[in-house]
Amino acid sequence: MRVSEILQILDARIICGEHRTDYTIDVAFASDLMSDVLTLKNDHVLLITGLANMQTIRTAEMSDINCIVFARNKKASREMIALAEENDIILIECRYSMFKTCGLLYEAGVKPIF
Amino acid sequence: MMTVADIVKALNLKVFSGAGGLDREVSGGYVSDLLSDVMGKADAGQVWITLQTHKNVMAIASLKDLAAVILVSGYKPAENTAEQSEEENIPILGTDKSAFEVTGELYTLIK
Amino acid sequence: MEHHEFNIEGGDFTRAGYASSQVKKMLKQMGVDVAIIKRTVVAAYEAEVNVVAHAYSGAMYVDINREEVKIELRDQGPGIEDIEQAMQEGYSTASSAVREMGFGAGMGLSNMKKNADELHIESEPGKGTRVVIRMQLNATTGD
Repeated sequence: MRVSEILQILDARIICGEHRTDYTIDVAFASDLMSDVLTLKNDHVLLITGLANMQTIRTAEMSDINCIVFARNKKASREMIALAEENDIILIECRYSMFKTCGLLYEAGVKPIF
Repeated sequence: MMTVADIVKALNLKVFSGAGGLDREVSGGYVSDLLSDVMGKADAGQVWITLQTHKNVMAIASLKDLAAVILVSGYKPAENTAEQSEEENIPILGTDKSAFEVTGELYTLIK
Repeated sequence: MEHHEFNIEGGDFTRAGYASSQVKKMLKQMGVDVAIIKRTVVAAYEAEVNVVAHAYSGAMYVDINREEVKIELRDQGPGIEDIEQAMQEGYSTASSAVREMGFGAGMGLSNMKKNADELHIESEPGKGTRVVIRMQLNATTGD
């Protein structure tokens, strides 16, 4: 699924990587625990999380994750956006809960890992 | 309204503990691994989806009057967590599926 | 062998991951296989986060050539009482503040073990911990 479709489904705002909305994700993973995210082996993962701090971006960098949705109306800081830009990571802010965010994307056909 | 037992059946979940609470009614779902977030934002009657297994999970489930806890990705409750689930009659359920997948299924089921 | 050193500040979660990020950039530049890069930096990053989460201060020492990299982390901190117990998945002594940061669920050491070619941990309780991660690289370019 393309980032542009994700933005539509979640009625969400892209705050980093605005020019790359044609980037495609294969699978989604939802977690607030970064060590959990660091166990993933897949490529083109969409990370859905309610943890919005520098470590979220660092974890994406280490795991080669290029797209993050911040649920629960979490906002990325200026520092987070700068680090995401440096690492070609798309950031999306969404006002829905994790439950609704996952539910809407799953219904729209986004596949889980495994 | 759906009960925890209905969800167990529809989503093929394991029941680790707290079977006495299977008739609890489910108002919705909440997905979080951050305990303070659940403490602040979850509502009574919700099913909490997480991979956190330690005892504080049950303390929060009880305080917030949640319907049940679903542990994802094959996680099992710590021993004292299961004990408290029995005492509180709040079921701890389990699945090998990830949080995203089981959330998707639950969302489709109860929306 | 090229040698690099990075200081790690205990408690500074804003900066945690900087050293591992530098390692990732070096490996990329050398043309190391992406799967090997990922395993290396995941192990290094978990180790770096451990220093930030538990120690007062520390450093990462990186020795690297085309064939292999040795990443050594030394810290001044409380150390680990029982390393075998600490290696068990789910075991954690992290503060609730660290848990709310997205770490401290007791997965760090097992993540390091799963990803490193070789992992060595030694600790003196009350003094600090030394972690050595070794990886085979088989890089195509660079020295």
